[in-house]
Amino acid sequence: MVIAEELAKKQKAISIAEFFEKNRQILGFDSGTRSLLTSVKEAVDNALDACEESGILPDIFIKLENTSRTNLTLIVEDNGPGIVKEQIPRVFAKLLYGSRFHAVKQSRGQQGIGISATVLYSQLTSGRPVKIISKIDRDAPAHYFELLINTQTNEPEILVDKIVDWDRTRGTRLELEMEASYVKGRRQSVYEYLKDTAIVNPHARITIIEPDNNRIIFERVTDKQPVQAVEILPHPHGIELGTLMKMLRYCETPRLDSFLRISFSRIGAKTSDEICMKASISPETDPKAITLDEAKRLHEAFKKVKILAPSTDCLSPITEELIRKGMGKEHTVDFIETTTRPASVHNGHPFQVEAGIAYGGNLPKEEKVEILRFANRVPLLYQQGACAITHAIENLNWRTYSLNQPGGSIPIGPAIILVHVASTHIPFTSESKEAIADVPEIISEVELALKDVARRLKNYLSRQDNLEKRREKEEIIYTILPRIAKKVGEILEVPTPDITPIVAKIMRNVFCQRVVRNNGKGCEVEIHFKNHSDSAHHFTFHETLPYSIESPSPEPRKIPVGTQTDYVWKVSLKPGEQKAIIYRLDIALEEAAKLPQLVVEGIQSELVTGAKAVNV
Amino acid sequence: MNETEKSNKEIRDSISKTTLKKLIQDFYEQFESETIPHITLPSRTKKNIELNANSDVWVYGDSESMRSAKTVKGATQLLKTSHVVELLMKGHLDQNKSSTLRELYYISENWDIAKFNEQSESDRLIEDLEIITGLQREDFHVRPEENGATLYGPIKIKELTKRGDRTMHCQDEVGEAGYQIPYNVETIKFVEHDAKFIIAIETGGMQDRLIENGFDEKFNAILVHLKGQPARSTRRILKRMNEELKLPVVVFTDGDPWSFRIYASVAYGAIKSAHLSEFMATPAAKFIGVQASDIVEYELSTDKLNDQDIKALESELTDPRFDTPYWKEQINLMLKIGKKAEQQAFAGKGLDYVTDKYLPERLTEMGVI
Repeated sequence: MVIAEELAKKQKAISIAEFFEKNRQILGFDSGTRSLLTSVKEAVDNALDACEESGILPDIFIKLENTSRTNLTLIVEDNGPGIVKEQIPRVFAKLLYGSRFHAVKQSRGQQGIGISATVLYSQLTSGRPVKIISKIDRDAPAHYFELLINTQTNEPEILVDKIVDWDRTRGTRLELEMEASYVKGRRQSVYEYLKDTAIVNPHARITIIEPDNNRIIFERVTDKQPVQAVEILPHPHGIELGTLMKMLRYCETPRLDSFLRISFSRIGAKTSDEICMKASISPETDPKAITLDEAKRLHEAFKKVKILAPSTDCLSPITEELIRKGMGKEHTVDFIETTTRPASVHNGHPFQVEAGIAYGGNLPKEEKVEILRFANRVPLLYQQGACAITHAIENLNWRTYSLNQPGGSIPIGPAIILVHVASTHIPFTSESKEAIADVPEIISEVELALKDVARRLKNYLSRQDNLEKRREKEEIIYTILPRIAKKVGEILEVPTPDITPIVAKIMRNVFCQRVVRNNGKGCEVEIHFKNHSDSAHHFTFHETLPYSIESPSPEPRKIPVGTQTDYVWKVSLKPGEQKAIIYRLDIALEEAAKLPQLVVEGIQSELVTGAKAVNV
Repeated sequence: MNETEKSNKEIRDSISKTTLKKLIQDFYEQFESETIPHITLPSRTKKNIELNANSDVWVYGDSESMRSAKTVKGATQLLKTSHVVELLMKGHLDQNKSSTLRELYYISENWDIAKFNEQSESDRLIEDLEIITGLQREDFHVRPEENGATLYGPIKIKELTKRGDRTMHCQDEVGEAGYQIPYNVETIKFVEHDAKFIIAIETGGMQDRLIENGFDEKFNAILVHLKGQPARSTRRILKRMNEELKLPVVVFTDGDPWSFRIYASVAYGAIKSAHLSEFMATPAAKFIGVQASDIVEYELSTDKLNDQDIKALESELTDPRFDTPYWKEQINLMLKIGKKAEQQAFAGKGLDYVTDKYLPERLTEMGVI
């Protein structure tokens, strides 16, 4: 807000062209690459905001053409509500017109100086006017303007004003030539900006035609509109002295107490009286007559009086579902988790943090994770190291969440971390608005959001790890081990050795085996159990036989089942323990070979090798 | 081949077969005793080589690594091992056939999941089998793809070839390319020689230079081409000439970290095949150069060390084979000047400089001539 006042003051003294030259860097026009990015950003932010306010699903088209060695032509077209004819010249060719500086509302526009700065830059570097077409309705005419900014008066100069044929139902198109360069392959580029914008605006379709005629479309993945941000009254804790004074000057109520109640949220009759008392100003004072000194006391009084925190329903988070969709559409990943924190307050301004983490797929494994920072749905591409979001990421111990973090900085791994801060007022570190300041409330909320998604990532990774171990063991026991056994048998020219005892060992299972020996008269039967796992197991063991068994040890329970008998033993095995059951059968060895499969009950089948697990 | 030699061969083959069979027998017994199949072998790393006081060469130490069917990687290795052993026993020894290392790699194409992904993997498995069985690949009828390098100088040898004995003088009776060292040098007998010493040379270009300048005649030297990292047969023949003919061996390579390793494998044995060091290393071999100090003293034209070179030098500082004051000094000096030089760099001072000045000076310094 400070910049607005400075601009206003300086405008009188110096020409805006001069002002622009002196502040190019602050305004985002310090290099060819950055100028183009700023221009695209202003145009796209405007288009998205306009569509959102009118409930239109945005369809934005950007075209870049090389006009000369140093100059590019930028064309941006949207399907937004259009601009009424009378306003067109001022929106595009008057600096600071219609700026959002005093609206207490979450909006993208809070971030830029406005599209007119882009127009001025274009005019200063190419000498050419901006060309606008705008249409507000299917049946309304399309107005075409060519405009210049009068750099002495900061007023629009209309070169052309006519009605043209335009095959769109509604929307706005602007065309600007400027000194700029289009680069790709680095973070701070138009391409990356649009990609990130598409991620947090999954309801938008964005098309860009690059200077080499290559067309890229960031496709819409949802028809769901974001929740509209609601405009609220400023909260006393979030107001700056200068703004307060301006509000006092332009106020239309005759009394201070009613001014306070009407102009601020969370101030009722009782609070307004309390504020006036603390400031030692009569509630009946005319707000217009308040002196600087009184205004200062008033401002101080805001802090001394207990005032409810601002309502937070004015914010428009992207929502967990849409962040998930957005992250999923630009990357092939295995896992995405997102979270939207409850709204919170910093310095009287409501804010809300959202975070997402995407993992795996074709993301690079050995590089630092990619950080996507957003403020009010606008990607922040510069000054990553200075941003509260980055600091919160660095503060977290990612090793506890299964990501590498050399030197306690940005973690390494195949992941993307997305953080969105939505607020009626984003506290930036500087006027270039590329890094969020280290406000403790914001850092702490970002950390909570990150911990939430990181915890879910960790669970996913450990689940994957277990599955991987299981899969590995299965490959060993089903594919490799049988082949080794077969090969060993072939080389030595002996029968293939039995691998089941080893399978139990590798799987860390309970192993069951029946060994039958001829003792001359009949058969000695031994049932072996061995617990290869780390935990104790208790189960029942069944032998359902058409024979009667002799001298069993230990003694089983006997349950007649038709003509057969079910012999039942209870078996308990500590980790590593082995036990045996023995009995005799009065049958020949050949017949014993046909004994049924071993059956156990009360233990999961994947924990047993050598027996069938049933659950009755 | 006479009868005794033939039956000797049969005995050797039968020993090889029994030894290999024992390995598979172990697997079988592990299955029967309900033990997860595994083999143990010495760790083949820099950390696990030590100087054998008796033979003065570097051999594997006590640190062992286990290859077990507990992991997919280990289990696959054991399966591959079984396939290879079957091939060696039934395809080679039983049939009296042999294959080259490369052929062996291609044979594995038919082994489904036991197939090798690249030749280095099958080469390594053959080395593992040498270590486990205490035999050499020749005992399994496995040959390297290429023969050894060449030898040139005043020595007469007799080689037992498959087509009978061949006797030749390696200076008078060979072409300019020299005598080709066969892959199995046990078939060579040294008949007579006039040599004073042996010089092992890294590059063919330098060997040719020495031949062209008549270095072998002037100094009665046997020139052995190393061809980069020397083949086993080259190292073995150097060791045999050194031990049997009592000839000193000097090694002449480029002046860079990789060439230092060539010298180390000639003199001390290679990390990869330390199980054969006692058979192949020549501890008496001395390093002529190019030394890091030569680069300075002879003002040779140089290249800058690149990142890999620097890493290699730093790794050599922790290599037990280079843990001597001489090598520490040379390596640190090279790191300090940040330069390396090729053998050919001497050409900058004239084509005769290396044979007339550098080598005679260094040989005198080392007390060889």
